[in-house]
Amino acid sequence: MEKRCTDSQVKGVSTGTTILAATFDGGVVIGSDSRASIGGEYVSSKTINKVIQVHDRIFSCMAGSLADAQAVTKAAKFHLSFHSVQMETPPLVIAAASVLKELCYKNKDELQAGFITAGWDRKKGPQVYVVSLGGMLISQPVTIGGSGSTYIYGYVDAKYKPNMSKEECLQFATNALALAMGRDNVSGGVAHLVVVTETGVEHVVVPGDKLPKFHNE
Amino acid sequence: MALSNVFETPAAGFNFDNTSRNAALEGLFDGGQTPKPMKTGTTIAGVVFKDGVVLGADTRATSSEVVADKMCAKIHYIAPNIYCCGAGTAADTEKTTDLLSSNLTIFSLNSGRNPRVVMAVNILQDMLYRYRGQIGANLILGGVDCTGNHLYTVGPYGSVNKVPYLSMGSGDLAALGILEDGFKADMELEEAKELVRLAIHAGIMSDLGSGNNIDICVITRQGVDYIRPYQVSEYKDNRKTKYKYRPGTTPVLTEKVVRLKLEVVQESMQRMDTA
Repeated sequence: MEKRCTDSQVKGVSTGTTILAATFDGGVVIGSDSRASIGGEYVSSKTINKVIQVHDRIFSCMAGSLADAQAVTKAAKFHLSFHSVQMETPPLVIAAASVLKELCYKNKDELQAGFITAGWDRKKGPQVYVVSLGGMLISQPVTIGGSGSTYIYGYVDAKYKPNMSKEECLQFATNALALAMGRDNVSGGVAHLVVVTETGVEHVVVPGDKLPKFHNE
Repeated sequence: MALSNVFETPAAGFNFDNTSRNAALEGLFDGGQTPKPMKTGTTIAGVVFKDGVVLGADTRATSSEVVADKMCAKIHYIAPNIYCCGAGTAADTEKTTDLLSSNLTIFSLNSGRNPRVVMAVNILQDMLYRYRGQIGANLILGGVDCTGNHLYTVGPYGSVNKVPYLSMGSGDLAALGILEDGFKADMELEEAKELVRLAIHAGIMSDLGSGNNIDICVITRQGVDYIRPYQVSEYKDNRKTKYKYRPGTTPVLTEKVVRLKLEVVQESMQRMDTA
């Protein structure tokens, strides 16, 4: 296994990923690719799940070291569940994002993981938060992350409109993921998308061959 | 609740204490290179089929260029319904699986329930993550519980993945090729065993660190069939002479007996109260 860990900064399995989240009228769409790699050379998993449900209406996408991100998400799920039992009410999306932020900030020297948290709550409706590697927490209407995100900043800036419909937003997210997966070598596999609204959660999985094609000669 | 640490509950949150100790240890060695541990240099594989899970492994343990053990058991018992194949550092895989097995037994006794595969995976993940990759254990966990047939992989840094088929170890790429080509969902038992046998065989043929026999472990609702060996290596050596020395081979030249002078220093008696 060590022979594959050449000069990547992430030790072990890296998510080397494309993740995104966008708000639309009435909900959020969260999505990611499904590739996990080691040393930027070997695809250790084609079907890893990077969109984790941390509460009924709150999801979190992970980027960075897979081991660190899974450990932080596990801890966050526990904290959120406990918080929600104490408060006797579903947690706010900002609470979920803050839990992740605390873990990332307090342990910033040892951890290499970033997150996008998105969901719906009664107080502020659909929201998207970004927790960066060092533990910064900010709220944005649309956000992208991971190594593949660099290739789609232009697309997202140009094509995102606030208050889209659910179908428009889903198509926007699928296109963005397809474009990033098409250019980034450590992003790929299937596109995992989750739509969260007040009424419920819908999972959409788009296999690699069914993704939209852009000049793939 | 089964904790990965039975004797003392660790303080809440992440505990990175051992990383500073490891960094200090590395500084003690010349050139900063710690000694290399013995690796199993392995091919292990697992496949989920219609009625359960099939795990397979080769049986060679190497110590640099020498085969240290030709009949090493790489499929470890975790629970009556869960077995684990280990690749990486031999001592690490042995001890980690032993610890896990003890934890789950205590849990079973306390709760009266059979452990679930996902619980074993969680305990392993917590344990390996706490050690920051210093425990070189690449594990394939397979088992059957009330929720179905499961196959998981746990990496040395603590990453977990749930998959229908998998191979690990130094021969994993060769075995993975066979698995990718031959795997189908809901296979029958014989098909699954044959696929795993071919995968391990590919690893044995293409990798220097894997070899000798193939062990297979079939786990179903009905029970476990641990076939050791499932296939014996066709390259068996025929030793021409016997290497056992009969008594009397080494002649005794002189004999001297020295009595040890021992005196009783203290004698104490403690009554055992069994009433």
